[in-house]
Amino acid sequence: MSLPVLKLVAQRIAMGILLLLAVSVLIFVGTQILPGDVAQSILGQSATPQALENLRRDMGLNDPAYIRYFRWLGGVLTGDLGTALSSGQDIASSLKGRLWNTLFLAFWAAIVSIPLAIGLGLLAVRYRNGFVDRLISGLGLASTSLPEFFTGYLLIYFVAVRLQWFPSVSTVFDGMTLGERLSAIALPVTVLTLVVLAHMMRMTRAAILNVMQSAYVETAELKGLTPLQIITRHAFPNAVAPIVNVVMLNLAFLVVGVVVVEVIFVYPGMGQYLVDHVAKRDVPVVQACGLVFAAVYVTLNIVADIVAIVSNPRLRHPK
Amino acid sequence: MARLAAKDKSARLLDIRGLRIEATSYPPGEPPRDIVIVDGVSLALERGKVLGLIGESGAGKSTVGLSSMSYGRGGVRITGGEVVLNGRDITKGGARLLRQVRGREVCYVAQSAAAAFNPARKLMDQVTEAARQHRICSRAEAEKRAVGLFRKLGLPNPDTFGDRFPHQVSGGQLQRAMTAMALCSEPDLIVFDEPTTALDVTTQIDVLASIKDAIRDTNVAALYITHDLAVVAQVADDIMVLRHGKTVEYGETRQIIKEPREDYTRQLVSVHHIPHRQKPASGAPILAARGITAAYGGGQVKVLKNVSLDIHLGQTVAVVGESGSGKSTLARVITGLLPPMEGSIEFDGRQLSPRLASRKRDDLRELQMIYQMADTAMNPRQTVGTIIGRPLEFYFNMRGSERDRRVAELLDKIEMGKGFADRYPAELSGGQKQRVCIARALAAKPKLIICDEVTSALDPLVADGILKLLLALQQEENVAYLFITHDLATVKSISDSIAVMYRGEVVRYGPRDEVLKPPFDAYTELLLSSVPEMELGWLENAMKTRKMASAGN
Repeated sequence: MSLPVLKLVAQRIAMGILLLLAVSVLIFVGTQILPGDVAQSILGQSATPQALENLRRDMGLNDPAYIRYFRWLGGVLTGDLGTALSSGQDIASSLKGRLWNTLFLAFWAAIVSIPLAIGLGLLAVRYRNGFVDRLISGLGLASTSLPEFFTGYLLIYFVAVRLQWFPSVSTVFDGMTLGERLSAIALPVTVLTLVVLAHMMRMTRAAILNVMQSAYVETAELKGLTPLQIITRHAFPNAVAPIVNVVMLNLAFLVVGVVVVEVIFVYPGMGQYLVDHVAKRDVPVVQACGLVFAAVYVTLNIVADIVAIVSNPRLRHPK
Repeated sequence: MARLAAKDKSARLLDIRGLRIEATSYPPGEPPRDIVIVDGVSLALERGKVLGLIGESGAGKSTVGLSSMSYGRGGVRITGGEVVLNGRDITKGGARLLRQVRGREVCYVAQSAAAAFNPARKLMDQVTEAARQHRICSRAEAEKRAVGLFRKLGLPNPDTFGDRFPHQVSGGQLQRAMTAMALCSEPDLIVFDEPTTALDVTTQIDVLASIKDAIRDTNVAALYITHDLAVVAQVADDIMVLRHGKTVEYGETRQIIKEPREDYTRQLVSVHHIPHRQKPASGAPILAARGITAAYGGGQVKVLKNVSLDIHLGQTVAVVGESGSGKSTLARVITGLLPPMEGSIEFDGRQLSPRLASRKRDDLRELQMIYQMADTAMNPRQTVGTIIGRPLEFYFNMRGSERDRRVAELLDKIEMGKGFADRYPAELSGGQKQRVCIARALAAKPKLIICDEVTSALDPLVADGILKLLLALQQEENVAYLFITHDLATVKSISDSIAVMYRGEVVRYGPRDEVLKPPFDAYTELLLSSVPEMELGWLENAMKTRKMASAGN
């Protein structure tokens, strides 16, 4: 690995950290602007001003905002996300299991959807403007256009209720084997795959078609390579950067945007946790969830940037 | 080669008969129609022979060349005739047969090797790919062959050259690597499509010599496509002159260049003989550059070192040199796009501000520029009238009929009718586009026009017309030219004084007749001796008498 690459990668990572700090400020400020504070929430509407004042003093709520921000940030950095108002439980420990569940679901959705999307994209290029291309594009667009709650309930009705292949409720708990877990999440994984597939597939197709105009693709054709060899050996390696970008965006969606799917399938992940606590106006939990989602988003986009840098031979092998 | 054993070796390698090639064009607002690109071309090639295909752009020479692999670029199709390669008509064999032919029996060397190599893969991988694809030999054997070819073609460090990526080697080296790629699968025929056109003269001669040696040593046959008759005269046994997709003349090389039978061939042979008498410099110079030193990247990369030049009104100063010698940077400094680190520019008796932004409007008006790529120098969505009229509005505040009259006058000056005022750039030919750019520069009534490689992208005959036009306009308008070029033939025909640049310095400078008179310094000698001449055996003589290796390698 050469020096310019390391420098660029270090720059991206530093940018990401700065970005996360900025996000944490935004989240903190956002929750400050909302009417009412934690003391009010805990004691309820009927609390006396004296009781409120005492609790505020005890919780340090009278300190200036920047001190409270750094206190909160210091807690976050040491793994202390505070306690949930509604249940009094430690947020970090309940979040951990939820996050793990969400990542588990996202991981399997990614495992299914990314190779499928790229493979279909390659096929669409191979048979571009023909029947196969139109079929793939049409089905992809249709599956993306349908909202996930619609496909979700459709699958529950046919696959879970009528055919009884998979459970309609994706309950997971400790002590399940991997097989049981996979069977439980089969339907949400399918829904998520259908949602993200078309975007990645279309982008793969467009990125490769763009490269197919290059002179070196003609060179490959004049060497007697088959169309599929040309696409995989010569076009794909030069289309990696834009493809990875859109893949990472969709991965981020798989983690951050699963709220609806988790609610439909009653899956104990981050999304459901967030929705529950938004309903209860539990500000510390919403803050924590927001921060985790932001971290996932920023990290995945940095990964996409880094892949784009590393996949560029000019940067990897300078003159 | 085993696959040839079964066939009659004395038979012709390639026999193209009555070739007809068509494409569908989609003119805006009209129904699509088929246009004929190549019509009734027949040629024959024996094993080990070289046929030069020559003509201007649009003559169909690349299309004919690629038809030997039955390949149509951009929707072009072979609609008639036969392409008989090794005894069978490959246009009727289907995709499978074509894949067997391409890369195995016929290989292709493209004009721009820089674009024709995949940037993401190592050179060795790409050079040996066809040989491995067709199972001609094992990977190890193919790599051994490739290293041998790198050595033969004079590439540096042949043993490790293949480990590099395309962006890590120079243009001249890539062009040779592409030749190695074509030779690696030991084909019967190689199609060379303008393989040296994009290179500097000094590099061109090296690449040309190594291509010629490789053809001789491997006994491969070749179709050599170029617009430069002097180049093709060095390598071809026979030459076919093409125009508008039809054969103009077809014969032995000696006959074509010594005793051309057709008028068109005669024109091609006589290109670049514009009589031009050097004018003596008199009075104060219109532009005097003194001790210009300029650099990119905040002073890190010095591209101009202490350059001084004088340009007189009504005269042409030619700046010659290879790519990277700093010629275009000099233009950027004079126009104010790149403020120099040291030195000053005096223009018409006044000091020019180094920065474009702080120059007065009259400074801008009196110093115009014409570019190499007329295409990209014009807004494709503006009509010719708007393009030429813009400086009239901007500098002279001309409007309406007054402006239109002046536009018509300018169109007349560049020998185009006033009907062109309503056309868009896309409707013009390359030469016409460059003429419009000249008219636009003239519209500002400049005292100096910087011409940056204005004829490099044009066909010889068209370029000739542009040069003659520029000379005539100089007579009429008494304008000075700073003529940047790498083409020494152009320099001879239009300049009054010459500055030879090498690695950012002016190595030779003076009136034309003095600069072009021996004794020469080593670099000028190299430049002059590298310009192909339309003589048989010129290449061999030039290679023998060279004193200095080219800087490009």
